[in-house]
Amino acid sequence: MESAQGRIWTRKKPEPEAGPLLLVEGLGKAWGARIGCADVGFDLYPGEVLGIVGESGSGKSTLLGCLAGHLPADAGRILYRGRDLRMMAEPERRHLARTEWAFVHQNPRDGLRMGVTAGANVGERLMAVGARHYGAIRATATDWLGRVEIDPARIDDRPRAFSGGMQQRLQIARNLVTGPRLVLMDEPTGGLDVSVQARLLDLLRELVREMGLAVIIVTHDLAVARLLADRLMVMKDGRVIEAGLTDQVLDDPQAAYTQLLVSSVLQV
Amino acid sequence: MIEIENLCKSFTLHNQGAAVLPVLAGAHLRVDPGECVALTGASGSGKSTLMRMIWGNYRAETGRLQVAGLDLTTATPRQIIALRRARLGYVSQFLRVVPRVPTLRVVAEPLLALGQPEPQALARAAALLARLNIPERLWSLSPTTFSGGEQQRVNIARGFAHPFPVLLLDEPTASLDAVNRAVVLDLIGEAKARGAAILGIFHDEAARAQVADRLVDVTGFTPARAA
Ligand SMILES: Nc1ncnc2c1ncn2[C@@H]1O[C@H](COP(=O)(O)OP(=O)(O)OP(=O)(O)O)[C@@H](O)[C@H]1O
Ligand SMILES: Nc1ncnc2c1ncn2[C@@H]1O[C@H](COP(=O)(O)OP(=O)(O)OP(=O)(O)O)[C@@H](O)[C@H]1O
Ligand SMILES: [Mg+2]
Ligand SMILES: [Mg+2]
Repeated sequence: MESAQGRIWTRKKPEPEAGPLLLVEGLGKAWGARIGCADVGFDLYPGEVLGIVGESGSGKSTLLGCLAGHLPADAGRILYRGRDLRMMAEPERRHLARTEWAFVHQNPRDGLRMGVTAGANVGERLMAVGARHYGAIRATATDWLGRVEIDPARIDDRPRAFSGGMQQRLQIARNLVTGPRLVLMDEPTGGLDVSVQARLLDLLRELVREMGLAVIIVTHDLAVARLLADRLMVMKDGRVIEAGLTDQVLDDPQAAYTQLLVSSVLQV
Repeated sequence: MIEIENLCKSFTLHNQGAAVLPVLAGAHLRVDPGECVALTGASGSGKSTLMRMIWGNYRAETGRLQVAGLDLTTATPRQIIALRRARLGYVSQFLRVVPRVPTLRVVAEPLLALGQPEPQALARAAALLARLNIPERLWSLSPTTFSGGEQQRVNIARGFAHPFPVLLLDEPTASLDAVNRAVVLDLIGEAKARGAAILGIFHDEAARAQVADRLVDVTGFTPARAA
C-alpha cells in the first residue's frame, strides 16, 4: 500500500507545536429561543481524532458549523493555533479554510461543485493552495480518485453522474488532497457501504498517523467512533454531557443517556 | 510496574432503576518487572473488570492504580493513549480492527504508531506471524474473516510486536491448538525474561502453571453482594 508521504502537493508532517491546534472554550450558539449548542469546551492536538456522538438535534452540526466559521457563535472562544477565529478578519479566515482546514458535509452536494468534473473538483483545491502545473494537478487528482476507490477513468465525469456514495468519496478526496491540518466531518460515512467505509477509515487513520492530521468527526455509528476516535464527546440538548477516552465512554459510560445510547446498539 | 491498593469498582445502571452493582472492593495487587501474575476466581468474580481497569478501559474511581508510573485514577485520556502506545500492551479476547486492512499491517500497526520505519515494522510483523504459524497467503488478507484461533494469534502477534514493559493477557491460549499454544507460552516466557511485567487470565490451568509465578484470587476482592 502506498504511503501518504511524498505526494506532490501533500504537506510534510509538521514539527510538533507547543500548544493545541484547536482550543475551544465556552462555545455557544442559540437559534432564537432554542439552544443550538452551549458551553462546549475541548482541545485538539495534531494527530488526534475527536468523535462527537449524540441524538438527532443535540447540536452536533451546529457545533461543527461554528468551529468551521459557517455559523456565527454567540459565546466563547475558538483558538486555532493560538488565534481567536471569532476575532479574525473574514479574508484571513477564508484563506485558512482553503489551505489548512477541510470540511466534509453530510450531504456531498453541499461540498462539491456539481457543475464541474470530478478531476476539476479535486484540482480546484490544489490550485487554491498554489498548484499551477496541469500535468501534476491531474496526476495528483487521479491518484486521489484511486485512493477513495473511484475509477480514475471517470475523472472527466461530473459528480451528477455519480452515485451518492461515489459523490461522498469525491468530496472526501477533494477535501484531503491538499493535506489539511484539520478536517471536520459531519456524518461522512453515512451513505457508504461497509467496504468503502472501511477503506476510508483506513485512509484517515493513515493520514492521522503519517501527516499528523487532526480530525473532528460527527457520527451516529459507534463502531466507526471506536475504530477512528481517540476521544469521544457525547452531546445532548446542545451540551456535552460526557467526554473521555473513546473505549471508556463506550464500555463504562457514566451518564444515563450515554448508557442508553450504548445499550441500544447491538455490539460495538 | 502495576501497583494496586484498595481499588474499588461498581457500576451504576441508570436505566435499570439506578441499580448499583459492586464488583470490586479493596483490591490490591502488585506485578514487578520480569514476573507473571495470574488472576483466578469464579466466573463473574471480576477478573476481566480488574484487567480492564488496568488497561484504562473501565474508570478507576477510588483507591490507587498505578501502571508504568501513571496514576490511572487521575490520568487524562491523552496520558492513557500515550501509555498504551509505548508502555502498556493488551491482548484481548476480541480482535477489533478496521475491516480490509491486511493482517501484516494490523500486526505492524503498533510499531508504525510508535514511528518505526515501515520496512522494519513489517519485517517484525512477518516474523511474528510466521512464528505463530499464520500461513503467508493470509498475510495480505484482512483478519476479520479468519477463524477464531487465527484471529487470536493475530491479536497475540499485535500484542507482542512491541516489547511493552507491561503486558495484559486475557485468555491468550483459549482457542489454540497444542503447537500454537506452546508458541504463545514461549513468547510469554521470553517477555518475562526481558523484564516485562505480565498480568494474565488463563482458564487453561496447565498454561497458567507453566508461566505464572504467582496467583491472585479475585474472589477475595468481591464485595458481599447486598440485595
Ligand atoms: N437553521 C436553523 N434554524 C433554527 N434552528 C436550528 C437550525 N439548525 C439547527 N437548529 C436547531 O438547533 C438544534 C441542534 O441542531 P443540529 O442540527 O445542530 O443537531 P444535530 O445534532 O446535528 O442533529 P442530527 O443528528 O439530526 O444532524 C436543534 O434543536 C435544531 O432544531
Ligand atoms: N460494563 C459493565 N457494566 C455493568 N456490569 C459489568 C460491566 N462489566 C462487568 N460487569 C459485571 O461485573 C461482574 C464481573 O464481571 P467480569 O467480566 O469482570 O468477570 P470475570 O471474572 O472476568 O468472569 P469470566 O470468568 O466469566 O470472564 C459481572 O457481574 C459483570 O456483569
Ligand atoms: Mg447534524
Ligand atoms: Mg472475563
